Amino acid sequence: MTDAAADRRRRLAALARADVGLLEESLDRLDPAPRYDVLKPAETGLVMVRGRAGGTGGQFNLGEMTVTRCVIRNDSGTVGVGYVAGRDRRKAELVAVFDALLQDPAHADRLERDVICPSERRREERRTQMLSRAAATRVDFFTVVRGG
Amino acid sequence: MYVAVKGGERAIANAHAWLAEERRGDPAVPELSVAQIREQQRLAVDRVMTEGSLYDPDLAALALKQARGDQVEAIFLLRAYRTTLPRLGTSLPLETARMTVRRRISAVFKDVPGGQVLGPTFDYTHRLLDFALAAEGQPSPAPSAPTPLAETLPGVIDVLNREGLIETQVAPADEPPPADLTREPLRFPASRAMRLQNLARGDEGFLLALGYSTQRGYGRNHPFAGEIRNGEVVVEFEPPELGFAIELGDIELTECQMVNQFAGSKSEPPQFTRGYGVSFGQGERKAMAMALVDRALRTEELGEEATSPAQDIEFVLYHSDNVEAQGFVQHLKLPHYVDFQSELNVVRGMRRAAEAAAKPLAEAAE
Repeated sequence: MTDAAADRRRRLAALARADVGLLEESLDRLDPAPRYDVLKPAETGLVMVRGRAGGTGGQFNLGEMTVTRCVIRNDSGTVGVGYVAGRDRRKAELVAVFDALLQDPAHADRLERDVICPSERRREERRTQMLSRAAATRVDFFTVVRGG
Repeated sequence: MYVAVKGGERAIANAHAWLAEERRGDPAVPELSVAQIREQQRLAVDRVMTEGSLYDPDLAALALKQARGDQVEAIFLLRAYRTTLPRLGTSLPLETARMTVRRRISAVFKDVPGGQVLGPTFDYTHRLLDFALAAEGQPSPAPSAPTPLAETLPGVIDVLNREGLIETQVAPADEPPPADLTREPLRFPASRAMRLQNLARGDEGFLLALGYSTQRGYGRNHPFAGEIRNGEVVVEFEPPELGFAIELGDIELTECQMVNQFAGSKSEPPQFTRGYGVSFGQGERKAMAMALVDRALRTEELGEEATSPAQDIEFVLYHSDNVEAQGFVQHLKLPHYVDFQSELNVVRGMRRAAEAAAKPLAEAAE
């Protein structure tokens, strides 16, 4: 994977988990507002989630999840893609808009700071909180010596 | 045979209006929101997602509200809804070893790397009704340890199988796409992929009873809970518009690795074999039952003698789906007037024949 693709992948992962309110606010702050054409209007569909037998063996179809996608092209001709878990069509469109903007060096640094970093930080905080709570439920075994 | 019977429209409309009122219950009691069901009846939501075979907590909560809490009805609603959506594609296989773990226990190895992590569990509760919950109030916050767990915990069996006494599960090279029951009917012999998909969608009660039957001796396979883990797993997907996979988000999953004694066969040395169970959310009992039944259905593959219902692949797979099962059972409510009329005629004929046959005997006895 090229560096550009790796960057885009990391940003899309952050955007997919971003709070939709944060995306709307960031969009409102952009001046001028980004202009774009919708290539594929936001649409909700299904992605079949695959698992593996025993976790590591042959593949099988575990069940589906709802996913919403949207594809746009902005006025500089950059295509933006949004694929997010769930049924929020507005979010999928916003992700596609930011995906296109973030490919533009003129916007990338600022949006990285205003949108990507807060989303990544929030995910990390949530994860640390969950793992800290889990760690508090770890069993400390001790052996009771009988007789002696 | 059913016949179209006209004239029920008004009765049906009125029945549904009454159902809507019953669903709401006493209007003096505040109405439940979908978000409340999603947050506070989470295990019901998880079961509906697992057996509805669709991960979407909000939709599952809505289905439960509409179904007045009836799980099988809610599962039916979710299955029906999914047929209205297009298939966008297929995820990369989940990497459950990289799960962000809330709970991870092993009943076979005490000292597992990362430790035994209980997570938010009903285990070790006293099963005494907690009347404090009848009053409203906030629980005290759960303690946090100063050091969080590692970001990922490797699979217990993979780490502690140094002697190679436990069967390994290796992804075959050049795998064909696995069977998909949402697009093709059950076929026999059923591949493990087809079986696992069927069991993952299967009715928890049915699988629980079958799993239990193997423990009681109907197809005994000496199971141990090798590892149970619950947490969040990243779902990756390769959009056609991009040349690489991206993360769609995270789903909550519970996975059970059952480890079973096995005496060996012509081709396999004595070892522990494995059964696998997995469910959306915190469906731990379902995942355990599924793992027991998955192992039981491997009877033929492992060269064991099939003697019990849980080992009968056709029996299990044909009867595990509660949407199909409820449909066929409940179709008995549809008008069978003509069927029954013809059966009445048959029984009348049989009765006459029996009486005619009895008469000469009775006369002879006199």
